[in-house]
Amino acid sequence: MRNLFSAISGGLFGAGLFVSGMTDTRKVQGWLDVFGEWDPTLAFVMGGAIIPMFFAWRWTEGRMPALGGMFPPKPNPVIGRNLVLGSTLFGFGWGLVGLCPGPSIASLYYGGIQGTVFVLAMGAGMWFAPSIKARLDGAAPAV
Amino acid sequence: MQIEWIFGLAGGVLIGLGGAVYLLVNGRIMGASGIIGGIIDGSAGNQKAERAWFIAGLLGVPTVLAILFGNLQGDGPAQTYATENLWAVIVAGLLVGIGTRIANGCTSGHGVCGISRLSLRGMVATVFYIVAGGFGVILFKHLLGWV
Repeated sequence: MRNLFSAISGGLFGAGLFVSGMTDTRKVQGWLDVFGEWDPTLAFVMGGAIIPMFFAWRWTEGRMPALGGMFPPKPNPVIGRNLVLGSTLFGFGWGLVGLCPGPSIASLYYGGIQGTVFVLAMGAGMWFAPSIKARLDGAAPAV
Repeated sequence: MQIEWIFGLAGGVLIGLGGAVYLLVNGRIMGASGIIGGIIDGSAGNQKAERAWFIAGLLGVPTVLAILFGNLQGDGPAQTYATENLWAVIVAGLLVGIGTRIANGCTSGHGVCGISRLSLRGMVATVFYIVAGGFGVILFKHLLGWV
Protein backbone atom coordinates (compact mmCIF):
# COMPACT_ATOMS: atom_id res chain seq x y z
CA MET A 1 0.00 0.00 0.00
CA ARG A 2 2.79 2.43 0.89
CA ASN A 3 4.45 1.72 -2.44
CA LEU A 4 1.20 2.21 -4.35
CA PHE A 5 0.54 5.61 -2.76
CA SER A 6 4.19 6.58 -3.25
CA ALA A 7 3.81 5.88 -6.96
CA ILE A 8 0.52 7.84 -7.09
CA SER A 9 2.15 10.76 -5.31
CA GLY A 10 5.18 10.67 -7.61
CA GLY A 11 2.85 10.41 -10.60
CA LEU A 12 0.86 13.50 -9.53
CA PHE A 13 4.14 15.37 -8.99
CA GLY A 14 5.38 14.33 -12.43
CA ALA A 15 2.07 15.19 -14.12
CA GLY A 16 2.11 18.59 -12.43
CA LEU A 17 5.66 19.32 -13.56
CA PHE A 18 4.76 18.32 -17.12
CA VAL A 19 1.49 20.29 -17.28
CA SER A 20 2.96 23.41 -15.67
CA GLY A 21 5.85 23.48 -18.14
CA MET A 22 8.45 23.21 -15.37
CA THR A 23 10.44 20.63 -17.33
CA ASP A 24 11.04 23.38 -19.93
CA THR A 25 14.30 24.97 -18.80
CA ARG A 26 13.47 28.17 -20.73
CA LYS A 27 10.54 28.81 -18.40
CA VAL A 28 12.62 28.24 -15.27
CA GLN A 29 15.52 30.37 -16.46
CA GLY A 30 13.00 32.87 -17.82
CA TRP A 31 11.54 33.27 -14.34
CA LEU A 32 14.98 33.66 -12.75
CA ASP A 33 16.10 36.09 -15.46
CA VAL A 34 14.84 39.44 -14.22
CA PHE A 35 16.92 41.23 -16.87
CA GLY A 36 15.58 39.17 -19.78
CA GLU A 37 12.04 38.55 -20.98
CA TRP A 38 10.64 37.66 -17.57
CA ASP A 39 8.35 34.61 -17.47
CA PRO A 40 5.96 34.58 -14.47
CA THR A 41 4.91 30.91 -14.81
CA LEU A 42 7.01 29.55 -11.94
CA ALA A 43 5.30 31.83 -9.44
CA PHE A 44 1.90 30.40 -10.43
CA VAL A 45 3.25 26.85 -10.11
CA MET A 46 4.64 27.54 -6.63
CA GLY A 47 1.44 29.26 -5.57
CA GLY A 48 -0.70 26.45 -6.96
CA ALA A 49 1.35 23.79 -5.20
CA ILE A 50 1.41 25.57 -1.86
CA ILE A 51 -2.41 25.82 -1.64
CA PRO A 52 -3.20 22.06 -1.29
CA MET A 53 -0.09 21.56 0.84
CA PHE A 54 -1.16 24.32 3.21
CA PHE A 55 -4.46 22.53 3.87
CA ALA A 56 -2.68 19.17 4.08
CA TRP A 57 -0.42 20.47 6.86
CA ARG A 58 -3.46 21.90 8.69
CA TRP A 59 -5.15 18.48 8.46
CA THR A 60 -2.16 16.72 10.09
CA GLU A 61 -2.73 18.47 13.41
CA GLY A 62 -3.89 15.96 16.00
CA ARG A 63 -4.09 13.15 13.41
CA MET A 64 -1.98 10.25 12.17
CA PRO A 65 -0.90 9.30 8.63
CA ALA A 66 -3.46 7.04 6.93
CA LEU A 67 -1.00 4.15 6.65
CA GLY A 68 0.38 4.45 10.17
CA GLY A 69 3.56 5.91 11.57
CA MET A 70 3.97 9.52 12.57
CA PHE A 71 3.83 12.82 10.75
CA PRO A 72 7.16 14.66 10.35
CA PRO A 73 8.23 16.58 13.46
CA LYS A 74 7.75 20.35 13.72
CA PRO A 75 10.18 22.22 11.47
CA ASN A 76 13.56 23.03 12.93
CA PRO A 77 13.73 26.82 13.33
CA VAL A 78 17.55 27.03 13.27
CA ILE A 79 19.09 28.66 10.19
CA GLY A 80 22.58 27.18 9.87
CA ARG A 81 25.52 27.52 7.56
CA ASN A 82 24.69 24.29 5.72
CA LEU A 83 21.22 25.53 4.83
CA VAL A 84 22.53 28.81 3.44
CA LEU A 85 25.63 27.40 1.71
CA GLY A 86 23.82 24.39 0.26
CA SER A 87 20.90 26.45 -1.03
CA THR A 88 23.30 28.94 -2.63
CA LEU A 89 25.22 26.17 -4.44
CA PHE A 90 21.93 24.61 -5.52
CA GLY A 91 20.67 27.97 -6.81
CA PHE A 92 23.73 28.53 -8.98
CA GLY A 93 23.32 25.09 -10.55
CA TRP A 94 19.58 25.67 -11.00
CA GLY A 95 20.19 29.00 -12.73
CA LEU A 96 22.96 27.58 -14.92
CA VAL A 97 20.85 24.90 -16.64
CA GLY A 98 17.29 25.43 -15.35
CA LEU A 99 16.81 21.95 -13.89
CA CYS A 100 16.22 20.96 -10.27
CA PRO A 101 15.92 17.38 -8.92
CA GLY A 102 12.18 16.73 -9.55
CA PRO A 103 11.98 18.02 -13.14
CA SER A 104 15.31 16.39 -14.06
CA ILE A 105 13.81 12.96 -13.31
CA ALA A 106 10.39 13.83 -14.78
CA SER A 107 11.97 14.86 -18.11
CA LEU A 108 14.51 12.02 -18.33
CA TYR A 109 12.71 10.32 -21.23
CA TYR A 110 12.58 13.42 -23.45
CA GLY A 111 15.49 15.41 -22.00
CA GLY A 112 18.06 14.15 -24.50
CA ILE A 113 21.73 13.60 -23.72
CA GLN A 114 21.79 16.76 -21.57
CA GLY A 115 19.06 15.37 -19.34
CA THR A 116 20.86 12.07 -18.82
CA VAL A 117 24.20 13.78 -18.15
CA PHE A 118 22.53 16.15 -15.69
CA VAL A 119 20.91 13.31 -13.71
CA LEU A 120 24.22 11.37 -13.62
CA ALA A 121 26.12 14.46 -12.42
CA MET A 122 23.41 15.22 -9.85
CA GLY A 123 23.58 11.62 -8.63
CA ALA A 124 27.38 11.90 -8.32
CA GLY A 125 26.94 15.15 -6.36
CA MET A 126 24.45 13.46 -4.05
CA TRP A 127 26.90 10.59 -3.57
CA PHE A 128 29.74 12.97 -2.59
CA ALA A 129 27.56 15.29 -0.51
CA PRO A 130 27.70 13.37 2.82
CA SER A 131 31.53 13.40 2.86
CA ILE A 132 31.60 17.10 1.90
CA LYS A 133 29.09 17.83 4.65
CA ALA A 134 31.17 15.84 7.16
CA ARG A 135 34.29 17.85 6.22
CA LEU A 136 32.43 21.14 6.55
CA ASP A 137 31.10 20.12 9.94
CA GLY A 138 34.58 18.92 10.97
CA ALA A 139 36.18 22.24 10.05
CA ALA A 140 33.52 24.25 11.84
CA PRO A 141 30.41 22.60 13.25
CA ALA A 142 27.21 23.80 11.62
CA VAL A 143 24.91 25.64 13.99
CA MET B 1 1.25 33.10 -23.90
CA GLN B 2 -1.86 34.17 -21.97
CA ILE B 3 -2.90 30.61 -21.19
CA GLU B 4 0.48 29.54 -19.78
CA TRP B 5 -0.18 30.81 -16.29
CA ILE B 6 -3.36 28.68 -16.14
CA PHE B 7 -1.31 25.59 -17.04
CA GLY B 8 1.21 26.73 -14.43
CA LEU B 9 -1.45 27.06 -11.76
CA ALA B 10 -3.15 23.75 -12.68
CA GLY B 11 0.19 21.92 -12.76
CA GLY B 12 1.11 23.52 -9.45
CA VAL B 13 -2.11 22.21 -7.86
CA LEU B 14 -1.27 18.69 -9.15
CA ILE B 15 2.19 18.99 -7.57
CA GLY B 16 0.61 20.10 -4.30
CA LEU B 17 -1.87 17.19 -4.43
CA GLY B 18 1.07 14.80 -4.89
CA GLY B 19 2.70 16.33 -1.82
CA ALA B 20 -0.58 16.09 0.12
CA VAL B 21 -0.97 12.36 -0.71
CA TYR B 22 2.63 11.65 0.32
CA LEU B 23 2.13 13.53 3.58
CA LEU B 24 -1.38 12.43 4.60
CA VAL B 25 -1.13 8.79 3.48
CA ASN B 26 2.57 7.91 3.87
CA GLY B 27 3.37 10.51 6.50
CA ARG B 28 6.37 11.87 4.64
CA ILE B 29 7.57 15.15 3.15
CA MET B 30 7.66 15.13 -0.64
CA GLY B 31 11.18 16.40 -1.27
CA ALA B 32 12.69 15.19 -4.54
CA SER B 33 16.33 15.69 -3.50
CA GLY B 34 15.84 13.80 -0.23
CA ILE B 35 13.93 10.95 -1.87
CA ILE B 36 16.59 10.51 -4.59
CA GLY B 37 19.63 11.34 -2.44
CA GLY B 38 18.60 8.95 0.33
CA ILE B 39 18.63 6.06 -2.13
CA ILE B 40 22.02 7.10 -3.52
CA ASP B 41 23.84 7.61 -0.21
CA GLY B 42 22.09 4.74 1.56
CA SER B 43 20.38 6.87 4.21
CA ALA B 44 16.93 5.79 2.95
CA GLY B 45 17.32 2.47 4.82
CA ASN B 46 14.09 0.49 4.77
CA GLN B 47 12.30 3.22 2.80
CA LYS B 48 14.16 2.32 -0.37
CA ALA B 49 11.26 0.51 -2.07
CA GLU B 50 8.76 3.23 -1.18
CA ARG B 51 11.06 5.87 -2.65
CA ALA B 52 11.83 3.84 -5.76
CA TRP B 53 8.07 3.64 -6.43
CA PHE B 54 7.79 7.40 -6.00
CA ILE B 55 10.55 7.92 -8.58
CA ALA B 56 8.85 5.41 -10.90
CA GLY B 57 5.67 7.53 -10.80
CA LEU B 58 7.62 10.79 -11.16
CA LEU B 59 9.38 9.46 -14.27
CA GLY B 60 6.61 7.27 -15.66
CA VAL B 61 3.68 9.70 -15.84
CA PRO B 62 5.45 12.52 -17.73
CA THR B 63 6.97 9.89 -20.04
CA VAL B 64 3.50 8.59 -20.93
CA LEU B 65 2.16 12.15 -21.31
CA ALA B 66 5.07 13.06 -23.58
CA ILE B 67 4.53 9.96 -25.74
CA LEU B 68 0.77 10.59 -26.01
CA PHE B 69 0.67 14.36 -26.42
CA GLY B 70 4.17 15.64 -27.18
CA ASN B 71 4.70 19.11 -25.78
CA LEU B 72 2.12 21.19 -23.91
CA GLN B 73 0.86 22.92 -27.03
CA GLY B 74 0.54 19.56 -28.79
CA ASP B 75 2.46 20.83 -31.82
CA GLY B 76 5.71 18.90 -31.42
CA PRO B 77 7.69 16.57 -29.18
CA ALA B 78 8.21 17.39 -25.50
CA GLN B 79 11.60 19.01 -24.92
CA THR B 80 13.53 20.58 -22.06
CA TYR B 81 15.49 23.01 -24.25
CA ALA B 82 18.46 22.59 -21.89
CA THR B 83 21.80 23.96 -23.05
CA GLU B 84 23.91 21.74 -25.30
CA ASN B 85 27.03 22.79 -23.40
CA LEU B 86 27.66 19.51 -21.58
CA TRP B 87 30.33 21.02 -19.31
CA ALA B 88 27.74 23.48 -18.03
CA VAL B 89 25.31 20.58 -17.58
CA ILE B 90 27.87 18.57 -15.56
CA VAL B 91 28.77 21.55 -13.34
CA ALA B 92 25.08 22.35 -12.81
CA GLY B 93 24.25 18.72 -11.96
CA LEU B 94 27.07 18.53 -9.40
CA LEU B 95 26.05 21.86 -7.82
CA VAL B 96 22.40 20.78 -7.62
CA GLY B 97 23.28 17.36 -6.20
CA ILE B 98 25.74 18.63 -3.60
CA GLY B 99 23.83 21.80 -2.72
CA THR B 100 20.44 20.20 -2.16
CA ARG B 101 21.89 17.47 0.06
CA ILE B 102 23.95 19.91 2.15
CA ALA B 103 20.90 22.17 2.50
CA ASN B 104 18.70 19.11 3.06
CA GLY B 105 16.09 20.14 0.51
CA CYS B 106 15.28 21.60 -2.89
CA THR B 107 12.40 23.33 -4.66
CA SER B 108 9.87 20.68 -3.62
CA GLY B 109 11.01 19.99 -0.03
CA HIS B 110 12.03 23.45 1.14
CA GLY B 111 9.89 25.35 -1.37
CA VAL B 112 6.52 23.64 -1.72
CA CYS B 113 6.44 21.57 1.49
CA GLY B 114 8.40 24.01 3.70
CA ILE B 115 6.73 27.30 2.80
CA SER B 116 3.25 25.74 3.04
CA ARG B 117 3.87 24.85 6.71
CA LEU B 118 5.43 28.28 7.32
CA SER B 119 8.83 26.72 8.03
CA LEU B 120 11.47 29.42 8.52
CA ARG B 121 14.17 27.11 7.14
CA GLY B 122 12.10 26.41 4.04
CA MET B 123 11.56 30.11 3.43
CA VAL B 124 15.20 31.07 4.00
CA ALA B 125 16.44 28.23 1.76
CA THR B 126 14.01 29.32 -0.96
CA VAL B 127 15.19 32.93 -0.80
CA PHE B 128 18.83 31.83 -1.08
CA TYR B 129 18.38 29.45 -4.00
CA ILE B 130 16.19 31.91 -5.91
CA VAL B 131 18.65 34.80 -5.39
CA ALA B 132 21.60 32.53 -6.30
CA GLY B 133 19.64 31.27 -9.31
CA GLY B 134 18.97 34.84 -10.43
CA PHE B 135 22.67 35.74 -10.04
CA GLY B 136 23.55 32.49 -11.82
CA VAL B 137 21.46 33.45 -14.84
CA ILE B 138 23.00 36.94 -14.93
CA LEU B 139 26.53 35.53 -14.57
CA PHE B 140 26.37 32.42 -16.79
CA LYS B 141 23.98 33.72 -19.43
CA HIS B 142 24.46 37.45 -19.71
CA LEU B 143 28.08 37.92 -18.59
CA LEU B 144 29.84 34.68 -19.52
CA GLY B 145 27.50 33.56 -22.30
CA TRP B 146 27.86 29.85 -21.36
CA VAL B 147 24.19 29.00 -21.84
